Amino acid sequence: MLRRRVIPCLDVADGRVVKGTRFVDLVDAGDPPELAERYAREGADELVFLDISAAPEGRGTLLDIVERTARRAFVPLTVGGGVRSVDDMRDVLRAGADKVALNTRAVADPALIASCAARFGSQAVVVAIDARRVPVADAVPSEFEVVVKGGREPAGIDAIAWAARAVELGAGELLVTSIDRDGTKTGFDTTLLAAITACVNVPVIASGGASIAADFVTAIRDGGADAVLAAGVFHRREVTIAEAKAAMAAAGLPVRAVQPAVLA
Amino acid sequence: MTAEVRAAPAARVAVVDYGAGNLVSIEQALTAAGATVHRATTFEEIGDADLLVVPGVGAAAPAMDRLRAGGFVDPIRDWIAADRPYLGICLGLQLLFEGSDEDGAETLGVLPGRTVRLDGAPTLPHIGWNQVERRAAHPAFDRIADDADFYFVHSYVGAPAPDSARDVLAETEHGTRFVSAVARGNVLGVQFHPERSGADGLRLIANVVRLAAGPAGTAA
Repeated sequence: MLRRRVIPCLDVADGRVVKGTRFVDLVDAGDPPELAERYAREGADELVFLDISAAPEGRGTLLDIVERTARRAFVPLTVGGGVRSVDDMRDVLRAGADKVALNTRAVADPALIASCAARFGSQAVVVAIDARRVPVADAVPSEFEVVVKGGREPAGIDAIAWAARAVELGAGELLVTSIDRDGTKTGFDTTLLAAITACVNVPVIASGGASIAADFVTAIRDGGADAVLAAGVFHRREVTIAEAKAAMAAAGLPVRAVQPAVLA
Repeated sequence: MTAEVRAAPAARVAVVDYGAGNLVSIEQALTAAGATVHRATTFEEIGDADLLVVPGVGAAAPAMDRLRAGGFVDPIRDWIAADRPYLGICLGLQLLFEGSDEDGAETLGVLPGRTVRLDGAPTLPHIGWNQVERRAAHPAFDRIADDADFYFVHSYVGAPAPDSARDVLAETEHGTRFVSAVARGNVLGVQFHPERSGADGLRLIANVVRLAAGPAGTAA
């Protein structure tokens, strides 16, 4: 039976993992490959790297980090942030990523999803959707609006409709972040997750708001998520991956037993 | 499997590089297993390899085009016909069959059967860790539990022909039951990604490398 995944997220800026509410109050949390290896050892089912460096010159650094991490953590790696073209995606995959997450650029140019999927297969294309609650409007009938540029800029489109469109275009997985909940430790937005998982059949990764191990169970049971992602609670060691999995297993959800990710 | 005695016990592994994405993790896993690894962009570059690894994700037609451009297609068929060690991962497994429903491509055709869409799955692509339930014994799975979890990321699966049940090494369930590993002689194909499957994945790769090195190879 397919396991529900627990995925630590590493926000990387200028070659270092940073933590804090997205983009603000950033504090250094370590070397990406070291942290990735530690999480893999502790039972992470997958890893996500998000490059939040504003400067384009950070790209070379990111590719180097991806390769150093791919050589040390024998679990899958998704890389997002700043991928603007099929060639960018090729470079990130060749550096060792298994999947690439598209966000702001895909909203501006949805055809990018189709061209990346045609070249590398849908299974390698993750579309990251950042959403926030807004009053219902013609353009946003679901009350969830897409925001871009790290959650700072409203895109004026409906998040649920965008999720369905992204899948039609070839997204093989969605990474859905509630910007309202991100960094607030108030739990995942299960209404947002349920609305999206009801209208797509690709796997959905829940993100934004994790606080305690029970939140991961709720995101899957009530939100329909296939996988749960968190950053701060893992970095601060408020919840360990083993604790998250124990809570999921106790709730009857199938999880992969924590085992060393590398040979002793 | 050759029984010659070698001065250097490590298996020499050629990873077929036809532009199909991530080779870093495969090379790293093979190296961790003690193999000497090189990439081959043409069949000539295979050199004196003991083991051929064909990785890959995505669709069959562009993969076959690139394999053809590298002069790989007939030599790989000959390699397999000579029962030399072959490890196909994901698309590298699917290509062993006769053709793919994904884009109608004709593939290597060394095993009877076709690549078909994983219909009946609750989510597609099938992404994540799932149990690989063995249907036959095979030394590639030494020291690995009978239903161990491995990492999958795919929408299509290789489906052996009905009269080729003997090629089925393992099955996995995702809404429907599909073949997740095949073996015939020294040919092994796995739908999952051992290079991304933690300790058990590395064990499988180490087992395959050891088998390819032959009885004189390192048993460590």
